[in-house]
Amino acid sequence: MELYQKTAHELQQLIAAKEVKAVEVAESVLERARQAEPKIHAFVTLAEEEAYQAARRVDEAVSKGVKLPPLAGIPVAIKDNISTAGLRTTCASKILENYIPPYDATVIAEIRNQMMVLVGKTNMDEFAMGSSTENSGLFTTRNPWDIEAVPGGSSGGSAAAVCADETILALGSDTGGSIRQPAGYCGIVGLKPTYGRVSRYGLVAYASSLDQIGPLTKDVTDCALLLQAIAKYDPKDSTSVNQPAPDYLQEMKKGAKGLRIGLAKEYLGEGISLPVKDAVQNGVKVFKDLGAEIVEVSLPHTEYALAAYYIIAPAEASSNLARYDGVRYGHRTSQKVSDAVELFMKTRQEGFGAEVKRRIMTGTYVLSSGYYDAYYLKAQKVRTLIRNDFDNAFKSCDLILTPTTPSVAFKIGSKTKDPLEMYLEDIFTVTCNLAGLPGISISGGFDNGMPIGLQMLGPLFKEEILLRAAYGFEQATDFHKKRPEI
Amino acid sequence: MPLNDYEIVIGLEVHAELKTDSKIFCGCTTEFGGEPNSHVCPVCLGLPGVLPVLNEKAMDYTITAGLALNCEISPYSKFDRKQYFYPDLPKAYQISQYNDFLLCKSGWIEVASGNGELKKVRINRVHLEEDAGKTVHSGTGILDSDYGQQDYNRCGVPLIEIVGEPDLRSAQEAKEYLEKLRTLLLYTGISDCKMEEGSLRCDANISLRPKGAKEFGILAEIKNLNSFKAVQSALEYEAERQAELYDKGEKMFKQTRAWDENKGVTVLMRSKEGASDYRYFPEPDLVPMVIDDERLQRLRNTIPELPDSRKRRYMEIWGLPEYDANLISGSRELADYFEAAVKEYGEAKAVSNWVMVELMRLLNQEKIEITAVKITPAALAKMLKLIDAGTISGKIAKTVFEEMFMTGKDPEAIVQEKGLVQISDSGELAAIAKKVIDANPQSAADYLGGKAQALGFLVGQMMKETKGRANPAMVNELLRKELEQRK
Ligand SMILES: [Zn+2]
Repeated sequence: MELYQKTAHELQQLIAAKEVKAVEVAESVLERARQAEPKIHAFVTLAEEEAYQAARRVDEAVSKGVKLPPLAGIPVAIKDNISTAGLRTTCASKILENYIPPYDATVIAEIRNQMMVLVGKTNMDEFAMGSSTENSGLFTTRNPWDIEAVPGGSSGGSAAAVCADETILALGSDTGGSIRQPAGYCGIVGLKPTYGRVSRYGLVAYASSLDQIGPLTKDVTDCALLLQAIAKYDPKDSTSVNQPAPDYLQEMKKGAKGLRIGLAKEYLGEGISLPVKDAVQNGVKVFKDLGAEIVEVSLPHTEYALAAYYIIAPAEASSNLARYDGVRYGHRTSQKVSDAVELFMKTRQEGFGAEVKRRIMTGTYVLSSGYYDAYYLKAQKVRTLIRNDFDNAFKSCDLILTPTTPSVAFKIGSKTKDPLEMYLEDIFTVTCNLAGLPGISISGGFDNGMPIGLQMLGPLFKEEILLRAAYGFEQATDFHKKRPEI
Repeated sequence: MPLNDYEIVIGLEVHAELKTDSKIFCGCTTEFGGEPNSHVCPVCLGLPGVLPVLNEKAMDYTITAGLALNCEISPYSKFDRKQYFYPDLPKAYQISQYNDFLLCKSGWIEVASGNGELKKVRINRVHLEEDAGKTVHSGTGILDSDYGQQDYNRCGVPLIEIVGEPDLRSAQEAKEYLEKLRTLLLYTGISDCKMEEGSLRCDANISLRPKGAKEFGILAEIKNLNSFKAVQSALEYEAERQAELYDKGEKMFKQTRAWDENKGVTVLMRSKEGASDYRYFPEPDLVPMVIDDERLQRLRNTIPELPDSRKRRYMEIWGLPEYDANLISGSRELADYFEAAVKEYGEAKAVSNWVMVELMRLLNQEKIEITAVKITPAALAKMLKLIDAGTISGKIAKTVFEEMFMTGKDPEAIVQEKGLVQISDSGELAAIAKKVIDANPQSAADYLGGKAQALGFLVGQMMKETKGRANPAMVNELLRKELEQRK
């Protein structure tokens, strides 16, 4: 077994025991990335030099007998919408193609402090708007299980890189499912923490009230480890919550026994492929066998979630993306302009892709005077109702089990004609963002060789419950051990 | 019809920069000036991914302003994004506060109106927002410049907007209102209110209507008012201009105009028909603010006694003339100084005389602020006591006061060092009188010959001889006595 095939928790033992050097791990992973990249296209930027430097520092510390942080020397790939000082951060957009930030996001500062090895920045849908990476302004990432299929999105680069062993760990961001859906399509673990659990400082905003950074990993143990590393209150983010994180690893090991797992009919109805339904049924059986209790719950306002999401997210996006005007950084039109307004217009016309423009226009429309109440305000009310649904449901269960997506990864180009069809990809994942809850996707089966994701949603700040269930399931099944041939 | 037949309706929108050390949402300094773009960081530059963190001091100052302006303070408030594109606005939205859950609303202040009476002017609201940067144009102005350069030093400096109701009825009243606002903001110490540095800015809305009409006329907003004088002059001009248009029967339209200081006219900037849509929505990066009673009480305690109350007290209890009471209470520092000296001395009238005349003269002459003055209130009181005790004369006191002003020395020490103690010993004075009369026989003869005014000359000679130290109350008497003996 090659080093790049291992998990973080396996590698951390080897590095601590001095059986393997961090530089060797970095070498193995970067070599693997070089081989896989021509097929997978997961990375926007590979940071080889920086990675080796970071790895060498870990090895020096090991040789001096310094006590290392848990994930020291472990390679991690970062979605390209998380600000990295000195390292290009493009958001997969032409408008930021050459933007090099002068500052680190809080999670990046944590990663550096904890001596992880940042190997590169991963592809995504432009500004995190999309479900396939086909909206990337740079290129499309391939699903390692089938390079004709999408890896999911928007954190498709991070998911594909983990899946193809081009990194050990990755960070993504999730606004309406952007961690969980690609994790599902790639058969890996992806967790969207509670809104406020992880600092957003340095995460390039798409929809500020929904965005959250989270881990994409090969298994649940790695997920717990990476979450532990980043789940911290940050005074630089006023929406981060000062609530200490529990010991996730320890909590996780309690497993699924005794948990009450909710099944909601709103997430198991029409439009779900048979293999996905089967995977959910199998999941129910696994959990029952593990000693969990299955309960029926209802989330009656689910049907309005997608509409509310596609009002709130574009509204906030239209505001967040207004700053890309060519004045201070990023792309500026080279056409002749007569005034500032023309400079803004030409720059933005050239710099943004079609989906981004669509959402900016939608968002501008719903915030316009005369429409605000009918759209934005109403969507916020729906949001409250959805939150109430979950509050009620969690009175009778500890977590809710759903499919991550209605079916497995689709072929590249098959859904790009109709944006609405693409939006339906988010149908099971957006409620979690609207309600601010934590959600996880794990590998729960296969359909014709393509992974099926199982999603679990938990109460606010109860990531450990999701990890317990996911860990129990993983211990009882082999799905997570399968890796694609590349 | 003449301007007198119209009612002028004015409302001011005033922006004041808050005097916090750091900006509203980041740690950058708020200091005025500096190399362009030297007081900036990723947050105030709005770089991708940054988040604002509210400077609680800015909140405190806003609430303090609200309290000083008699506003209702909301127990719950929030920020909103006001969106528009402009190169000096790096996020393309300004974090501000929209109409709901305003921090401070429904206030009022009292302003002197033309007829000498006080008038309540209502304040619609006071809210907190961030300042924008500055565009520096390449040409002499916006119209003939090829490019603009951006300086973001000012970007993110906390700003309060004080929106007045259209209660003002003349340019003079508008100026009084603005001055009163300035005084109150200075008093509470939340802004330095320097119009020339832009830390106090004013836009004026003005319209005319026939006297007695209920409906408001069509208003013009006047910008670029960079001084108190400009506010008054621009509004006077604009009132005349609008009256003329009404008289000619021209169709009016809502517009924004700029005051041209050099030409003394307002010029059209743009029509306000189809006002811009700022697409306000709640700022998702900041959590709503809850203002509890404890905070309100703490801030209430920081507000000093305000000028109106002080003025009343000076007049009613200490018997100061209105002019003096007004001037002294108009500056918190001056009033504090004055009151401290009164406390030391025990009586207000003499203190106010010295403050109003000698102190003001020297402050103006040396261009010094009251806060930098070297004479402590205690030293002033001590000097006054030296006069009362007859140690120095009132005239000598002026010399002593000047010396104190320049050096900050103790008055007693000055009197000793310079030998300025008044000569009140009749024996000593009589000897000097003799000497003076001996030296001026002609004047003595004149006096004795019936020319009473000759005595004045001899008094002068005596003061000269004693370098002004002779007790003036005794000099005349002694001279006359000595002369009588020589009859
Ligand atoms: Zn700053």
